[in-house]
Amino acid sequence: MDAVEVHTPLLEVHELTVEFATRNGTVRAVEHVDLTLPKGSTLGIVGESGSGKSVTSYAVLRILDRAGHIARGSIRFSGVDLVHASEPDMQDIRGREISMIFQNPRAALNPIRSVGKQIEDVLLRHSQTTKAHARDAAIEALRLVRIARPQERYDAYPFQLSGGMCQRIVIAIALACQPQLLIADEPTTGLDVTTQKAVMDLIADLTRERHMSTILITHDLGLAATYCDHIMVMEKGRVVETASARQVFAAPSHPYTQRLMRATPRPGISVRDLLPDPISAPVPRPEPAMLGVPPLLEVANLVKEYPSAGSGAWFSRLRGTTPETKPFRAVDGISFSLRAGESVGLVGESGCGKSTTSSMVMRLLDVSGGSIKLNGRDIGIVPAAQFAADPDRAKLQMVFQDATDSLNPRFTAFRSIVDPLYRLGNVGRGATARAKAAELADMVGLPRPLLDRFPHQLSGGQKARVGIARAIALRPQLLILDEPTAALDVSVQAIVLNLLMELRASLGMAYLFVSHDLHVVRLLCDRVIVMRAGAIIEQGPTERVMHQPEHAYTRELLDALPHPPS
Amino acid sequence: MSETGTIEHIAAPRPHPARQFVHHLAYVLRGNPVTLLAFGLFVLIVLCAVFGPSLVPYNPLASEAGQALKPPSLAHWFGTDNVGRDVFSRVIVAARLDMLISISAVALSFVAGSALGALAGYYGGWFDRISGRLIDTIMAFPLFVLAMGIVAAAGNTVQNVVYATAIINLPFYARVARAEVNVRREAGFVQAARLSGNSSLRTLAVHVFPNALPPMMIQISLNLGWAVLNAAGLSFIGLGVRPPAAEWGIMVAEGANFIVAGEWWLALFPGAALMIAVFTFNLLGDGLRDIVDPQRRT
Repeated sequence: MDAVEVHTPLLEVHELTVEFATRNGTVRAVEHVDLTLPKGSTLGIVGESGSGKSVTSYAVLRILDRAGHIARGSIRFSGVDLVHASEPDMQDIRGREISMIFQNPRAALNPIRSVGKQIEDVLLRHSQTTKAHARDAAIEALRLVRIARPQERYDAYPFQLSGGMCQRIVIAIALACQPQLLIADEPTTGLDVTTQKAVMDLIADLTRERHMSTILITHDLGLAATYCDHIMVMEKGRVVETASARQVFAAPSHPYTQRLMRATPRPGISVRDLLPDPISAPVPRPEPAMLGVPPLLEVANLVKEYPSAGSGAWFSRLRGTTPETKPFRAVDGISFSLRAGESVGLVGESGCGKSTTSSMVMRLLDVSGGSIKLNGRDIGIVPAAQFAADPDRAKLQMVFQDATDSLNPRFTAFRSIVDPLYRLGNVGRGATARAKAAELADMVGLPRPLLDRFPHQLSGGQKARVGIARAIALRPQLLILDEPTAALDVSVQAIVLNLLMELRASLGMAYLFVSHDLHVVRLLCDRVIVMRAGAIIEQGPTERVMHQPEHAYTRELLDALPHPPS
Repeated sequence: MSETGTIEHIAAPRPHPARQFVHHLAYVLRGNPVTLLAFGLFVLIVLCAVFGPSLVPYNPLASEAGQALKPPSLAHWFGTDNVGRDVFSRVIVAARLDMLISISAVALSFVAGSALGALAGYYGGWFDRISGRLIDTIMAFPLFVLAMGIVAAAGNTVQNVVYATAIINLPFYARVARAEVNVRREAGFVQAARLSGNSSLRTLAVHVFPNALPPMMIQISLNLGWAVLNAAGLSFIGLGVRPPAAEWGIMVAEGANFIVAGEWWLALFPGAALMIAVFTFNLLGDGLRDIVDPQRRT
């Protein structure tokens, strides 16, 4: 491995084909993939789910699950044939020569071992250090990924750290043995934009300092273009385009790349521009009710408090040593209003209280203080447990973030959609319900035969449509959309966003759109509310907030969005 | 891949639910020969339990002094016992009593245990704490000894054997139900059910609990085998079923005295029947779960 020729690329994949044995026969997940990665360069592999981008990287590390195998092709890493390497050799290569960062940092870390110990494990496994020096080496590794107070964090367990911190630990583990190649598989999915920027900058800095090569696997074309030299676009297991980041972004040559580019939300476009075949029909922008009319929803001084950790420990209460701990305020006295037919974005990072706020407005969670007035009636005083029988229940509905999680696995799409109609819509079982469900399926563009499917038999986009159909079944006045497209591919997101736009116009609903993605919020919302640490720090018309943010934090959020070369 | 897979099926007309179930059953059985074997044995046991008395060649209770302690022969396949009763007939007929005891005991503990566990897991709070400690108390005793104690105290009847077996099995159902319900309490579809206007009890019963069924099915099937063993064990030590009724446990107990003398068939055949029944139920679990789990219906 020492005698690397100067011109040999670090990684060379030729005609790689990976097959999986499934119930329905052999499936080719990756077909004829070629890639060359020179030393010190970064490659972005971009594609939607099922494009084979992760499988390609698993094949390189030979960590395909049991059903998968490399059917054809060669993988050479620094001149070593990885396809035919023995398993013990691969174990030496993994972690020391090639390491990987996984999508969910919390799942990648051992929950019952302190993070310092986990870094030591890798160092000791690859004999990078001795037992006597392991602790110092681990602390050094923590410092390298810019973790504040590394001596203290050495003893921390993953659950004590934030998602961004966990990802830093994973990076520390991945880089501990000075590998030559780092494979990052969706390293920032699920992280906030500012954390995403910090983590990506860290990866970029560290790999540049060490002249490492990086493969970044992502569904986000903008992110790949910002951080990679070259981009390889994959579709259905095949490479459709490989070019420099600038070229892919400025002049994508393959139709699939062009579609992907179109569907990515970016500044200066309308929601219609995301669709592959542009509709000339203008964007329906329903006029919200007049200013003089009383608002549909009026939230005033809304508070949600949770008893702080420790105050409930009866053992310390028994000893009478409980200090007077202040309860934790997840939502700290916020006020805003929403007119009928208006679309408002609620933006902020995880933990800012936006989900707590939407749960309270939806009456799924009891309030600790303040009022929530719907059409002038304070619904905040009705306990959440009794709101199911409230006359206003049908007026407030919600589309959930995770479409899979929000559908009962034992209910067919039909039963999920008609459940609110049975309970609140006075619709009887039988032909009426069937007709109603078919009508709703048509409205959300769900093919009618799919109504008899169970959720696991539907694709992500279809599940999202079922969730939307259920939410609009009762013709609510206010629909809360909790990151409804976060789990979807960009092309599906484009369709769902357009659908939401049209539904709002045709049904006259008001939207409260909860999201951390400012680009998406801009496409759909008239007004934006920015939250941080339980409080509203800025609100105003979308265009004004996006272009002339008043608060420094809003500016920070905007800056953290990936800025691809254009 | 999933996208293309879905599109292909759109045009297919939807078969009748009952036929779909038969298809699914056939699919599960084809895919797993062990499940097929277990279902075959299960059907056999059920047939014995239902039609046993009219199938057997001899009256299981009729003794014939001249035919006492005959080894297995063409006339008496499993031989005869010390009072000349046909062992084969008795083994077949005993299936009904053993199945009756175990199935009713398991049904009772399933209903009570899952209701208790589901409520505790969904609402939490004081109900969870009290029911949890109650269950811990039951678990604190050696379960067979507890069952013995209950039958001895409440009276030596078959009914009390059922109750005792139900009580000692209850904690397992309560715990599984509590855990399965608890992890789903905050799931998106539960929130959605509340938004749809379901009361909390209805949400629990219609939306949450059915999702806990697949793991409970495995529990039921393992438990059935265990309940058969338990009932037989109680009879073996002289509690519950009384002679001359045909029951596997008693037959083994009675036959045990004759093994030393070389009359092995008295204990062996009822013992084998017991073993096959327990074996069947243990194997049945996976198949049952596959049948009730919609995710397997692809």
